[in-house]
Amino acid sequence: MAALLTRREFTRLALAALALPTVACVGRQEERRPDGRLVIHYWEKWEDFEKEAMGAVVDAYNASQDRVFVNYLSTGQIDQKLLLATAGGNPPDVAGLWAWRLYTYAEMGALEPLDALMRRDGLSTDDYLPSIIEQCRYRDFTWALPTTPATLALHYNRDLFAEAGLDPDKPPRTIAELDAAAERLTKRGPRGAIDQLGFSPTEPGWWNDRWGYWFGGDLLTPDARRVTIDSAENIAAYEWVRSFPQRYGREEIQLFQAAGGQFNSAQNLFLSGKVGMVLQGPWMATFVDKFAPGLNWGVAPFPAVSEAMDPVTICEADVLVVPKGCRHREEAWAFIKFTQRPENMERLCLGQRKFSPLRSVSPDFAAKHPHPHIGVFRGLAESPNAKGAPESPAYSEYRDEINYAFDLLWNLKQEPAAALAEAARRTQPKLDRRNEQWDRIAAQRRREWEGGS
Amino acid sequence: MTNRERAHLRAGLLFVAPWLTGLALLIALPTAMTVYYSFCDYSVLKEPVFIGLANYKDLAKDPVFLKSLWNTGFFAFFALPLGTLFAIFLAILLNQDIPARPVFRTIFFLPSLVPLVALAILWQWMFNGRFGVINHGLSKLGVDGPNWLGDTTWAKPALIAMGLWGVGHAVVIYLAGLQDIPKSLYEAARVDGADWWQQTRHVTLPMLSPVIYFNLLMGCIGVLQVFAVPYIMTGGGPARSTLFLTMYLYDQAFVYLNMGYACAMALVLFALIAGLTFAAHKLAGRHVVYGGN
Repeated sequence: MAALLTRREFTRLALAALALPTVACVGRQEERRPDGRLVIHYWEKWEDFEKEAMGAVVDAYNASQDRVFVNYLSTGQIDQKLLLATAGGNPPDVAGLWAWRLYTYAEMGALEPLDALMRRDGLSTDDYLPSIIEQCRYRDFTWALPTTPATLALHYNRDLFAEAGLDPDKPPRTIAELDAAAERLTKRGPRGAIDQLGFSPTEPGWWNDRWGYWFGGDLLTPDARRVTIDSAENIAAYEWVRSFPQRYGREEIQLFQAAGGQFNSAQNLFLSGKVGMVLQGPWMATFVDKFAPGLNWGVAPFPAVSEAMDPVTICEADVLVVPKGCRHREEAWAFIKFTQRPENMERLCLGQRKFSPLRSVSPDFAAKHPHPHIGVFRGLAESPNAKGAPESPAYSEYRDEINYAFDLLWNLKQEPAAALAEAARRTQPKLDRRNEQWDRIAAQRRREWEGGS
Repeated sequence: MTNRERAHLRAGLLFVAPWLTGLALLIALPTAMTVYYSFCDYSVLKEPVFIGLANYKDLAKDPVFLKSLWNTGFFAFFALPLGTLFAIFLAILLNQDIPARPVFRTIFFLPSLVPLVALAILWQWMFNGRFGVINHGLSKLGVDGPNWLGDTTWAKPALIAMGLWGVGHAVVIYLAGLQDIPKSLYEAARVDGADWWQQTRHVTLPMLSPVIYFNLLMGCIGVLQVFAVPYIMTGGGPARSTLFLTMYLYDQAFVYLNMGYACAMALVLFALIAGLTFAAHKLAGRHVVYGGN
């Protein structure tokens, strides 16, 4: 038998095998369309009609000039994909994140500060609602510009109100009034099972870490150095939370809620008329149209503990960022700038049924808006008590600790004060660690950011 | 080495090179990096900073980690023996000379073909406190079932019970093992006057022991790494009663971005699995009978 391979053949094959991954690694060169336009990549988290609304803006941008083409890609788990792509040195040029994720990403140096670009091109943070733009800023730099914001409000079923002898035009204005209305709206069947529930903090229970806002509480001290979940206001809030399982029965509420299907379905307890009041955001209008077009519903600010307080809300924002290490920073910025023009922003917000994050809107924006109650959400965003997530990279851990405390007190296994004290005790060292990490690199980071911005 | 031997060696190396490259790049390198990162403060985006044993020291004091360790241990302690006994029991039944045997075998194997996510959603409804088929059955017996997945006491047992749904794979392997047992051994046993139980105890189980050993090892690795189903069904709740090691690891790595810490957890899990496998190897050695011996 002759030798299978000569030495030369072996060397060639081996070199070819080695070269393959190398070629793949350096393969991403400047990408151009056949017509010569530079392609930039934009990753976004939206699906369905929200995706399409931004798609229209992207199309408009691509049609408005002939130099750059924005390749718009909708992807799940965008924060994690962005993280890995950035760490791998191959991020998209523009990405759509959630504002609460900015603090972590900015502190780790994964984002480009936008301040210098904004100054150069005449964009000002004063153009935006303070509650929204505040969430795009961290450590005195602007990391993102908003796309579509949302605030949370009380959604209530007007028919159930009327049935229970409540005035559908007078939704509750204080926590005490909410409790009273909830009592009236609750119906029990034989053997004590709940057939209809007025209100429960666990429906849908997506913001269980922040009930303290409506009691004047906060999650961090203003310098973000101490956790305050064990403050008197927060304890009062979670005592109120616990009053629901105490009043209506822990198991009864659980069994009642278990009967509801997926949120995004006709079995949703609010949409099917089984729950009288929920804390929800402007997206509910879409689900009402889709699953319960006949629902007679109203929206009002969610009641706070005292009527003297300015309306309280949780404010969220979807935002656009330029990841550090992207290939086309200027082109990315030009596209972001385009989305911030009033006409494009309004097109996007109308499509997504949100209000505009810009201070000024065109006179017919509200009249054209498909959401019948959009004014309430916008009004809430203007309130001094419109608050975002706590500004700390330790927030996710903090949130999970509060949710754990929530589970314990909801299941009547621990007193609210004890559960919250425990959450504070566990979170404080984590916050301290993040702050120590920051203190070590703060000077260097600020220099980088000032140089870059 | 002659020229021809050298040529053969070269060709051999070349042909295994793709696999070796894969092993080095996709397994050996990441494993080595995991070990290194476990001694670092590493968040993926920032350069890793060496901090010695700090991650491991923190782990020893982390109540959530200890809770997830306890949950995983509890789950493994019940799910593994229960799954093994159930699978052997089914395999012995399906090995009996009954009509339509292939049909029954297919039926019992089918559930293991259901995708995990579909399975999780399906069982969520079966465990539903109000409309679930399980509580419906219990109510016929006059028992008021709990809201299984929403109850800190019942969530773990529910997940353990549900694990039995996927024993089909093990059953197939046990069946193959059962059919491999020479008929002559049973005949000899019967001649000696052994009844059904004695035959099972002294012929079937010893002859099946290598297969049981294999399934136990695989099962042990599987239950310690349980992730997808509880992640979808409970997300670790209520009150962390179904938070397993892998889920906490995932949170630390990708939600909190404590990648160094997560790497340390991964190594603890690795040590745990390696230790248990080694212990099983030592213990089982005496009880496993190989047909060839």
